[in-house]
Amino acid sequence: MHAGTGMPGTPEDPTTSAPDADGTVVLGASDVARALTRIAHEIVERAKGAQDVVLLGIPTRGVTLAARLAERLAAIDPDFDPTRDVGELDVTMYRDDLRRQPTRAVGVTRLPAAGIEGKTVVLVDDVLYSGRTIRAALDAIGDLGRPRAVRLAALVDRGHRELPIRPDFVGKNLPTATSERVRVRLAEVDGEDAVLISGRSSGDAGEGRR
Amino acid sequence: MTTTYVLRGARPLGGEAADVVLADGIVHEITAPGAAGVPDGAVVVDAIDHVLLPGLVDLHTHLREPGREDAETVASGTRAAAAGGFTAVHAMANTSPVADTAGVVEQVWRLGRQAGWVDVHPVGAVTVGLGGDRLAELGAMADSPARVRVFSDDGRCVHDPILMRRALEYVKAFDGVVAQHAQEPRLTEGAQMNEGVVSAEIGLAGWPAVAEEAIIARDVLLAEHVGSRLHVCHLSTAGSVEIVRWAKGRGIDVTAEVTPHHLVLTDELARSYDPAFKVNPPLRTAADVEAVRAGLADGTIDIVATDHAPHTREDKDCEWGAAAFGMTGLETALSVVQQTMVDSGRLTWADVARVLSTTPARIGRVDAEHGRPIAVGEPANLTLVDPAARRTVDGAAQATASANTPFAGYELPGRVVATFLRGRATVLDGAPVERTDLAIEGAAR
Amino acid sequence: MKHLLSTADLSRDEAIGVLDTAAQMAATQSREIKKLPTLRGRTVVNLFFEDSTRTRISFETAAKRLSADVINFSAKGSSVSKGESLKDTALTLHAMGADAVVVRHWASGAPAQLAHAGWLDAAILNAGDGTHMHPTQALLDAYTIRRHLAGPGAPRGGAGDEGVGADLAGIRVAIVGDVLHSRVARANVRLLHTLGAEVTLVSPPTLLPVGVHTWPCRTSYDLDATLAGWQPDAVMMLRVQRERMSGGSGAFFPSPLEYTRYFGLDARRLALLGDHAIVMHPGPMNRGLEISAEAADSDRAVIVEQVANGVAVRMAALYLLLSGTTEGISL
Repeated sequence: MHAGTGMPGTPEDPTTSAPDADGTVVLGASDVARALTRIAHEIVERAKGAQDVVLLGIPTRGVTLAARLAERLAAIDPDFDPTRDVGELDVTMYRDDLRRQPTRAVGVTRLPAAGIEGKTVVLVDDVLYSGRTIRAALDAIGDLGRPRAVRLAALVDRGHRELPIRPDFVGKNLPTATSERVRVRLAEVDGEDAVLISGRSSGDAGEGRR
Repeated sequence: MTTTYVLRGARPLGGEAADVVLADGIVHEITAPGAAGVPDGAVVVDAIDHVLLPGLVDLHTHLREPGREDAETVASGTRAAAAGGFTAVHAMANTSPVADTAGVVEQVWRLGRQAGWVDVHPVGAVTVGLGGDRLAELGAMADSPARVRVFSDDGRCVHDPILMRRALEYVKAFDGVVAQHAQEPRLTEGAQMNEGVVSAEIGLAGWPAVAEEAIIARDVLLAEHVGSRLHVCHLSTAGSVEIVRWAKGRGIDVTAEVTPHHLVLTDELARSYDPAFKVNPPLRTAADVEAVRAGLADGTIDIVATDHAPHTREDKDCEWGAAAFGMTGLETALSVVQQTMVDSGRLTWADVARVLSTTPARIGRVDAEHGRPIAVGEPANLTLVDPAARRTVDGAAQATASANTPFAGYELPGRVVATFLRGRATVLDGAPVERTDLAIEGAAR
Repeated sequence: MKHLLSTADLSRDEAIGVLDTAAQMAATQSREIKKLPTLRGRTVVNLFFEDSTRTRISFETAAKRLSADVINFSAKGSSVSKGESLKDTALTLHAMGADAVVVRHWASGAPAQLAHAGWLDAAILNAGDGTHMHPTQALLDAYTIRRHLAGPGAPRGGAGDEGVGADLAGIRVAIVGDVLHSRVARANVRLLHTLGAEVTLVSPPTLLPVGVHTWPCRTSYDLDATLAGWQPDAVMMLRVQRERMSGGSGAFFPSPLEYTRYFGLDARRLALLGDHAIVMHPGPMNRGLEISAEAADSDRAVIVEQVANGVAVRMAALYLLLSGTTEGISL
């Protein structure tokens, strides 16, 4: 509109950058698949069945992961419908860092038709880091209804929490330095399944923030 | 008693270099460059490569006094005039009270004499209070010590055709001229800027060219019918140029002026909504700018007049729709003419002397003193210009009391180095020379 | 996005971005809890130099739904009777720490002056200036058109839910009435063109501006021919100001009756349109003058929906102006 303007698009997300030759693969495709299968079993076990479970993916890769988990849940428990019981939760308008970032595009929030009232909501995200995204997600859920319980599933927990939040289901705990960068790549979005870590030797500016 | 000045190596009217010696209020001697002797106490002005012009004469200045001394006074406005190279200005009548009586014009004239920067020639209002209803006492103003010869309701148009006819006829008795502000009032109600592509886009009420042209067309025909002379103020459109050209071809006694700003600025500037560009008549299109330049070059337009219109900051620091019309111009006029007409090769410096001095002096009937040839024995009303200088305009730094220049931040060519009024330097080394000899000047008269 | 002053400043992608954001905002407005915490702690000032209760309420609702603090500042005054100057008002708002100023002003360009004069550093949102621009009205109009005509199953559509992501390519919009004095028309012509729609302005010649030939649209003096021959997908009726008819010799048309006869939308003219076509009006309507009751109340009319969409679009505009870092925004 005027000098220095810019409309929102997807802000540069460290996990979406092009493949980095320097990145070390810490999880390969089969590791990712195994982790998701394990998480699916844990969810069913913890909820004693999957009939009241609702998966809510947090964009972008959390949505993809939620869809994959849904297939696995359905395979374990036929009561779970992988199209009906999955949604996506955009937390942009609940973030506490809006004024520190370029304007973010507001994403879609889509809930199962039956809503989340009384359900066991499992939030699905790719990398768990500071916990601030999950804080925003909890606030967003609070405005959408009153689930019986909210759980958290993350493919990678890289530590460095800034809030009293911990995951219920983790694919892989990945001790990192804040200067390091963790990227989750998924076939649906990035053409391959992998978790990479980079910046291990050189002191990167703290990226991989979530 | 007055200082003798030796202008060393000046180029009169931009021609061959010469030494010009000013003494006793007149041009005392003109010699080959370097040849003039320097009498005791004389001041030598290095004028090499500087152009020497007859002192500039503005036929259209708003000095705002009486009534709006917060925007300009006779003293501040004439100081600005001297800084701009002028030795005479015609002060417009739209003051408060209006200059429609002998008393007001005489007051303005005396204020000018006291200030001493330039000769102030008051313009008399055509109608009482600029009301457009009945003639002011034109004869009384002509007979006053101010010897008014130019009459104008400037700011308003004498739109009633019968009243305009009467005014044109009446002023013949004392060789006066009616200077018409050509603006059809009904066509310009609420108008804010030139009507055209830009006004349509930015949503400001349009001011059609025809509102100016229709009045000029009517007035030249009236002037022809009654055998009067007519002066057209601040002509701004291509159509107006055409009409004046046609009228002159017919032998009608019409003269026309263009302002410096209409020689260079266009209505595109209104897109900023900066009221610095709000002026009456409005800035027109690039085609109009080219037409008035061509008209000035071919003599259809006789003179450049500033329409110097100072306004206080509060009258300009507001919404466009609420802002006052007008721009200052005395201190930028010569530079704008140089840039648009001389540097482009369309006018010579001799032509500049004609359009900014000789002809306006003749129209205003002050040509016994002003707009004279640069010759021995003539009154030493002169302006020395350095055409190679460049300067960046800063409204706050100008001599005028108001800062509403549309050229703020522009780099313009040319600089007035010195101005002489009857041999006395009102500007020297580019700076106004404060006067210390008021009593002497007064006594000399 | 630092200010929203004119739809002429919006690129196609920016405009679609606003509409898409508005769609997400609209989605939140069907929830039981409509309030979002997004702009908590930010202060939005509604600065109205001209009365417009409906526009003010729409902005106020939008700001409050995003949890901003809202201050309503009515600074009436005209060019004739000036109140506090625009500059002093701006300095006051600056001192009060306004983050965004929503400005409605009788003078064209006043929001641009507020944005550029250096009096305050808040984001300026033009809520209608003189006869210049009304960008959020045009955005809500485009949003409404997109919802109806560019969404899935729509006659010209095929995009996602509610037309998200889509432009208005090929959609025909007739804008009918007093174009000369209309900021709504100016804002819409620019925005609809940017979004790929085709626009025809239908107006008596007296109410089209000189210079309109340079606008990216067609013009017509004949409403019947435009409706029947051009088959617009949306017809936008402009409000006719009563004072335009009563200027004596300066009136823009002979009588209200004649205006209605040639430029009013009634049931007969409505029947000339395709079944999918929608009828719009920025409000408030002069029923019986530019639009008949049958047309205004027909199932083609989306006039009430425009009001609801106005809140979502204004939420989007406020979000986009206030949520990011204030300098150096890039994508």
